[in-house]
Amino acid sequence: MTEALLIMFGLGAVCGSVLSIASKVFYVYEDPRIAEVEGFLAGANCGGCGYAGCAAAAVAVVEGKAPPSVCIVAGPESAEKVAGVMGVEAGTAEPRTSSNKCRGGDRAEDIYVYMGVDSCQAVSALSGGKRECEVGCLGYGDCVRACLFDAIKIGPEGFPVIDEKKCVGCGACERVCPKNVLSITTLTERLLHFNREDDCLAPCQQTCPAQIDIPLYIAQIKRGDYDGAVRTIRDRNPLLLACGRVCPHPCEDFCRRGVEDEAVSINQLKRFVADREMHSGKRLPVACAPDTGKRVAVIGGGPAGLTCAYYLRRLGHDVTIYEAMPKLGGMIRYGIPEYRLPKKVLDWEIEGILNLGIHVHTHVKLGVDFDIPSLVSAGYDAIFLGVGAWKDYSLRIDGEDLKGCYTGIDFLSRIASGESIPIGRKVAVIGGGNTAIDCVRTLVRLGAEEVSIVYRRTRKEMPANAVEIEAAEHEGVKFIFLAAPVRIIGDEAGKATHLEYLKMELGEPDASGRRRPVPIEGSETLLEADMVIAAIGQQPEITFKEEGKRIQSLKTTRWNTIEADPETLQSSIPYIFTAGDAATGPSLVVDAIGGGRRAARSIHLYLSGQEVTPPEKSLFKRHIPGTLFESVKGIQKIPRVPMPELPVEERIHSFIEVDQVISEEDAKKESSRCLDCGRICYNKDAAA
Amino acid sequence: MGDYILLAISCILVNNILLAQYLGNCPFLGTSKKMETAVGMAMAVVFVLVMAGVITWLLEAYVLKAFGLEYLRTIGFILVIASLVQFVEMFLKKSVPALYRGLGIFLPLITTNCAVMGVCLINIKEEYTFMQALVASFSYAFGFGLALILFAGVRERIILARVPKPMQDTAIGLVTAGMLSLAFFAFKGMV
Repeated sequence: MTEALLIMFGLGAVCGSVLSIASKVFYVYEDPRIAEVEGFLAGANCGGCGYAGCAAAAVAVVEGKAPPSVCIVAGPESAEKVAGVMGVEAGTAEPRTSSNKCRGGDRAEDIYVYMGVDSCQAVSALSGGKRECEVGCLGYGDCVRACLFDAIKIGPEGFPVIDEKKCVGCGACERVCPKNVLSITTLTERLLHFNREDDCLAPCQQTCPAQIDIPLYIAQIKRGDYDGAVRTIRDRNPLLLACGRVCPHPCEDFCRRGVEDEAVSINQLKRFVADREMHSGKRLPVACAPDTGKRVAVIGGGPAGLTCAYYLRRLGHDVTIYEAMPKLGGMIRYGIPEYRLPKKVLDWEIEGILNLGIHVHTHVKLGVDFDIPSLVSAGYDAIFLGVGAWKDYSLRIDGEDLKGCYTGIDFLSRIASGESIPIGRKVAVIGGGNTAIDCVRTLVRLGAEEVSIVYRRTRKEMPANAVEIEAAEHEGVKFIFLAAPVRIIGDEAGKATHLEYLKMELGEPDASGRRRPVPIEGSETLLEADMVIAAIGQQPEITFKEEGKRIQSLKTTRWNTIEADPETLQSSIPYIFTAGDAATGPSLVVDAIGGGRRAARSIHLYLSGQEVTPPEKSLFKRHIPGTLFESVKGIQKIPRVPMPELPVEERIHSFIEVDQVISEEDAKKESSRCLDCGRICYNKDAAA
Repeated sequence: MGDYILLAISCILVNNILLAQYLGNCPFLGTSKKMETAVGMAMAVVFVLVMAGVITWLLEAYVLKAFGLEYLRTIGFILVIASLVQFVEMFLKKSVPALYRGLGIFLPLITTNCAVMGVCLINIKEEYTFMQALVASFSYAFGFGLALILFAGVRERIILARVPKPMQDTAIGLVTAGMLSLAFFAFKGMV
């Protein structure tokens, strides 16, 4: 008996001392906070947080991958204590939530009859599932069974519906889903998501340069969830009031209803919810990620700069905008006339963006008041260069310098700044783009008697938006097509009196596919004009390159735009990013907005020490094969809701906004025309 | 040499620790749902069982037998195996972090694996020499891994079959384990 006791005691002592020595010898440094954090977790090892036990959860908290509120059992008190250990506020790490990417569900048709086990994993093993949609939900509810918190249900339409209040972001559903329909994401990840080849994307969303989730916000309008619609748009486009007014809506050209019927009036619906928020007098709160402590300088407060600043701020970075003009807005303030986008509306929109905590310096110009070295020494970690394309091309013909001759953007921005320019009696505007149209419509309102557009091709080739051309026509603008200006003739006082042009005819198609205009010999014609405006295109002003030391190596193209990777928008200097007209040359506002967010993503990657690469499987400027249909079955013709306009007599004497917003009733009606398309599925019209 | 091969075959196939001796059924059912975890578990078992077999044989031969205290075998082995696993875990964490991460959660789980204890006790009961104990420990562990990986493969395929609701998951798992065990019975009488 004594022997046994001694042996056991000895054995225990040996084991104990070996282990204690081993723990010294094999000591591995661990952050002491891990043990401290673990002490405050419930210790139940339930796995409800999504980590393998409390120890793993504590490691994740210390590494900053999980929020202090990670433990779902211990409650808010533990979260506060954990936050105390980490020296942050409780709830600062971004919460993760599950979201469902499939809206098709049962609408996708079956390609075979399945009689196996009721499990997504099982059916997906048979040619990826029985539904014709490659990426959609299979509907057998593996996620429902995997969820420990009863937060997922398979909805009536055959895809999972997530109860956001119950979801803790544990990731159980994501792990069991064989189709990647469910994903656990943080706000940052959602804001930085770009269209992927394997996403469920309606044709409109594939087309939109800003990649707004169009079917979702239209569905929200249909349900009456207008605030939700605004939030959906804001996750992709912070300038919804401006875009709702001026966007030429390329999305509508690819609307699936548009194949058989008139396209859904997508932009009108956007404007409706945006205006509704503005008129409610209350701004919807915008969620931002916790502060990161990184600083970014945004040069240029136009649509690209504002968008980039907006997303960087929402990602938690400290942003300062430097703007050369007295006010923010860039081309949408100084290039788009009041009657299309009232300044009051723009001010409200920009104020909302700045309210997130973005700093602004106006009236400071790059290369004059500050330069790149000064920004670098001021401690900015990255720079966004969104200087736009403000330099008008000149006509390079005789008489350009006569009194009464202007260039397009110069003219529009001076008018927009409130300068008074003597308006001629008879005015000729040269060019066929949107700037030219904006000039003529502005001139009509300023009291010019006769306004003509002189364009060297025909109406069909005009790059301006069709609706704008039509509106200009209604307002009494004369169009002189197939005319190439030769010189401007002036009087003794040096004032323009006539524009001489050559008549043209269309010849062979050129590289752009448009038929090249060829001058007709001896067809010189005189057009009486005491004011001539050349609006034949713009390019970025890059004189700042001459001044700056660090910026001289910035590569530019032969159109003076900044050379950058089209998808990451990183320039030849790694910490300088660009977007908007400065990168693409004159383009749409919505292109600048898409680019701004793209640049924000790259800057975020750059600041967090990751490689700046294009998104994986990115769907950039192209469509998913097989999602654009030649014909669409089950469509009944329902005319789209007409856009209310100010009558011509009223509008040509004032700068009151021409296009009006649609009524709530019409918005409901229009939203019900949406087919709520998925990748290949859609809702057929009930009556058809 | 031939004896050792025979011993190995006997331990791997004929007297398979899982399917013929029914030891270690807890991890057998618990970690066989996915091939990945099954492989991890098999590796961990091989690693620990070889070490435990050696240490316990030494303990038996030089301590318990020497003092005539064989009745302390079970409690002594529990203590030694548990300490051993702890020690190995600490050692791996410091010296071979890659292997440590690979074995992950399975390493501490083995502390309570009855197959490990069972093999150690069998080694003593059969009065193996040191070399025999080493080969037997490795072969039993190998047999454990073989059975576990086979079973995981079967279970991954069961998901595609129509199984009545009351029989799904663990229930059909047990039935499958039974059939697998019957299959291994065919080796009976080989050695």
